[in-house]
Amino acid sequence: MVSYFGSYLVIAVLLLVGAGIVGGALAANRMLRPHRPTAEKLTTYECGVDPVGEGWAQSHVRYYVFAYLYVVFAVDAVFLFPWATVFAAPGFGMTTLVEMFVFLGFLFTGLIYAGRKGVLSWV
Amino acid sequence: MLELVVKLVLLAAAFAVLPLLVGQTEHKVMAHMQARLGPMYAGAFHGWAQLVADGVKFVQKEDVVPRAADRRIFKLAPAVALVPYLIVLVVVPIGPDGQVVLDLRVGLFFALAVMGVGVIGAIMAGWASANKYALLGGMRVAAQLMSYELPMVLAAASAAMAAGTLSLTGIVEEWRWWWLPWQAIGAVVFFVAGLAELRRPPFDMPVADSEIVFGPYTEYGGLRFALFLLAEYAGIVVLSALTTVLFLGGWKGPFLETELGWLWTLLKVFALSFVVIWLRVSYPRLREDQLQRLAWAWLVPLSLLQLALTGVVKVAMA
Repeated sequence: MVSYFGSYLVIAVLLLVGAGIVGGALAANRMLRPHRPTAEKLTTYECGVDPVGEGWAQSHVRYYVFAYLYVVFAVDAVFLFPWATVFAAPGFGMTTLVEMFVFLGFLFTGLIYAGRKGVLSWV
Repeated sequence: MLELVVKLVLLAAAFAVLPLLVGQTEHKVMAHMQARLGPMYAGAFHGWAQLVADGVKFVQKEDVVPRAADRRIFKLAPAVALVPYLIVLVVVPIGPDGQVVLDLRVGLFFALAVMGVGVIGAIMAGWASANKYALLGGMRVAAQLMSYELPMVLAAASAAMAAGTLSLTGIVEEWRWWWLPWQAIGAVVFFVAGLAELRRPPFDMPVADSEIVFGPYTEYGGLRFALFLLAEYAGIVVLSALTTVLFLGGWKGPFLETELGWLWTLLKVFALSFVVIWLRVSYPRLREDQLQRLAWAWLVPLSLLQLALTGVVKVAMA
């Protein structure tokens, strides 16, 4: 068994291994590849015609309401995890179960509200 | 210490080999489902070395970064997409009695958190390319992540509730065969939401190669594109492994659990990977609005239902 900080040290080591895999592949690539940039090659791809305007164009962000919903729901869902490990422990039982239904009820009401408001449709 | 080093080496080896196996299986299975042969030439026997040959080709290709692109982010994105899947594998147990690199007490939470990071690579690629198709694809990736992360997290929480622990090893130890019907809804929701997060067909609207020419990957070529492809297959392995561990009992099987547990795990992972490929061949791509609808109108309510079911059964038994 590895200690608490020890286990995150292992993950840091693994992160280095992962960086090594990607870095090694790219280093091999650097030694083996040709390098002949031309102006045409470096233009933005737009199906073969000259690009119009720039790539960071304005577009309608349709999903910002999804983003709000996600943040609200995800923050709620995070609280589920610590609760999930203890809710059936001796001495809890019925009480925590009722609490869970209150929690789910809030989530579900929120979802129905969002649905009725029409924010769950893409266009 | 030595044990840990051996485990890390094995993990890196598995990370290098398993995605290639899944990739080759996809070549062959798709080909046969479509009445073709698939690769037959490389390596002589049924084209087994096709992906090795692809790798050799990719590593020799020119690295083109478009002039308009945000250079550093553009170059970093493939690594951000790939490395998280390696890190998730660290908490996935393949057998009983410590056949896992790290048995983190918050393993499930860790796995979900790190898996979400992989998607950021695609969003970075979409933004940094300075290309209209890439930007559109990147936006869709972001929207898809937000819609499907929630049912995935809720379904995973159901498994944690059933087991009463967040350690992935602990979850498999608690697992009994009757979890299969009990957690069936959660398993399906988790798997489907995971597929959507990986942007696998039929959820590949963000990359839609025939419509927005591979979305965030439009400007990528050569090795960096290959790394994105590798990330997709590594993602399939990770998703299958997590589904196996959470809902299908990991190393548990009808016999020889202690001796051959790792083999059961691998069998289940490959069976699920086969399903992933099968779904790709069978279903047409979902439209963007259908995709959002599936998440919010079906998967989220179903995962809430699974939570209620898990809670009631668990308390009734206690």
